[in-house]
Amino acid sequence: MINEHLPVLQVLVPLLAAPLCLLFHERRFAWSISLALSLVALVIAALLLQHSLADGVISYELGGWSMHWGIEYRVDIVNAFVLLVVTTIASVVLLFARQSVLAELYRARIPLFYAIYMLCLGGLLGVTISGDVFNLFVFMEISALSSYTLIALSQERRALTSAYQYLIMGTIGATFLLIGIGLMYIMTGTLNMRDLADALPAVTGNRTIVTAFAFIVVGISIKLALVPLHLWLPNAYAYAPSAVTAFIASTATKVAFYVLLRFLFTIFGVGFSFSNMLLGGIFLVLGLLAIFAGSTAAIFQDNIKRMLAYSSIAQIGFMTLGISFVTSTGVGAAILHLFNHAIMKAALFLALGSVFYRLGSVNIRDMQGIGREMPWTMTAFVIGGLSLVGVPLTVGFISKWYLVLGALEQGWWPVAAAVLLASLLTLVYIWRVIDAAWLQAPAAPRQDALTEAPPGMLLPLWGLILANLYFGIDTSLSVSVAMQAADWLLGGGG
Amino acid sequence: MSHLIGHYNYWIVIFLMMAGLYVVIAQGNLVKKIVGLNIFQASVYILFISMAKVEGGTAPIIVEGTTLYSNPLPHVLILTAIVVGVATTALALALVVRINSAYSSVEEDEIHEQDQSF
Repeated sequence: MINEHLPVLQVLVPLLAAPLCLLFHERRFAWSISLALSLVALVIAALLLQHSLADGVISYELGGWSMHWGIEYRVDIVNAFVLLVVTTIASVVLLFARQSVLAELYRARIPLFYAIYMLCLGGLLGVTISGDVFNLFVFMEISALSSYTLIALSQERRALTSAYQYLIMGTIGATFLLIGIGLMYIMTGTLNMRDLADALPAVTGNRTIVTAFAFIVVGISIKLALVPLHLWLPNAYAYAPSAVTAFIASTATKVAFYVLLRFLFTIFGVGFSFSNMLLGGIFLVLGLLAIFAGSTAAIFQDNIKRMLAYSSIAQIGFMTLGISFVTSTGVGAAILHLFNHAIMKAALFLALGSVFYRLGSVNIRDMQGIGREMPWTMTAFVIGGLSLVGVPLTVGFISKWYLVLGALEQGWWPVAAAVLLASLLTLVYIWRVIDAAWLQAPAAPRQDALTEAPPGMLLPLWGLILANLYFGIDTSLSVSVAMQAADWLLGGGG
Repeated sequence: MSHLIGHYNYWIVIFLMMAGLYVVIAQGNLVKKIVGLNIFQASVYILFISMAKVEGGTAPIIVEGTTLYSNPLPHVLILTAIVVGVATTALALALVVRINSAYSSVEEDEIHEQDQSF
């Protein structure tokens, strides 16, 4: 009985936490209820993935309305996988957040923080699960508005201007998406993704559809922070509270990437997106540009949070590069990297959150010699960093491996060489942190001796680090799901 | 010529869209940027509403003797989009209030200068 309502519960359960947090307005209660409900969402996501692996597609008609008229929630391997990634990260970051937000936010705002956090999670899950393009837009705005608010909750005043900038860019992106949806509706008279996929081939020659495609791809690219539309990202990540950065960096751009996959492969179809519109070539160039621009900019940052933000831009480039191959290895590598990057970036940002908790800064000059004082935190950072570089036995290696494999399958060896070169650039910026933290002594003696971060922060951090190592060694689960998802997308499933 | 006039609703949409986007990009005042964003969003509302019009159709209420109705769905969609737009504007204005109390300015270049100075 409850089983058949899982798709709607996936979105409703986290949304329920928001009014409860506001109603009781008490810090510990808000945290407990948010954590409990996000764990429930995680279990639901795991069940949905299991169902979709066993039976294929799960279709749920909201309120019993036929999907041609009403809203359909549709779960297949691709979005079940993304749902699992998002709920996992959300739960782990919540575990970490209890102490982190206590130190970084004004006390009175903490229950509000949890309320908005859960709204954001609900929005992201809604975007992922919805089978209706307009419903997707609405959920995207729910998650976007709550993430602007989360960023602005920081005590740093520059967070306000970053949130404002993100709001302007994000709203333009979402409105572009809405224009695209409107133009598609003019031509086909439907908003359901599967009906759109059926109706679009008849009108592909039409210029309205070409315009709709352009608006949608640009709109999503803004949300995704694909170079050259990435300008909102570095400041937003750098000045947000640590827990917010960890959460948004590893979920929001991933969900935007999923939306891109959904539009390109399921709705418009491989033939239209890549043969008629030649998006493969555009994404190849932009992906490479993102990888090199992001990695090079990261090398010159002194604020380590900002450095990792630029690194995120580069990682988005890797994912975009993966889809530009339009082969099952390439798209599979992109989906795999979506998962892998989520767990490594969350781990790295949590490590920085722990550093900030004790040190009150994430500037590289203040972090000198910190390795000896906070060995657990900085060891975690080193392992996470090596994973970002792509050292064997970590998840980063697995995604780079499939990406290089995909490039070589196409015979594009310069692209494969570029991926390897980019890994060296990653090593350069990660090494700067390792060098400062472990090999240098503090420039000036610290006033108070630093101690290791509390266990409540170390446990979620090390949980993610162990996941980085586990999925780097035993790839059977992540790789097989990612490859099945890629085949599903390329086969035009939906 | 009739082609141009026949699609006048689209000309209005495109004009508002470009005007709004231009204000967002060119204005340094944070409040005026929000006004531009609103104009930009309003153009999309008109795009949706005008496509719902069916020539000769009446309001979509069942009455004796009419068989042709305008499409009600885009109106409903835009009602939702307006709510989203209002929420976005409210949040943006709230941010501007906080920016103004933190920087004592709502001009982009003055805020930028203050951020650089320390």
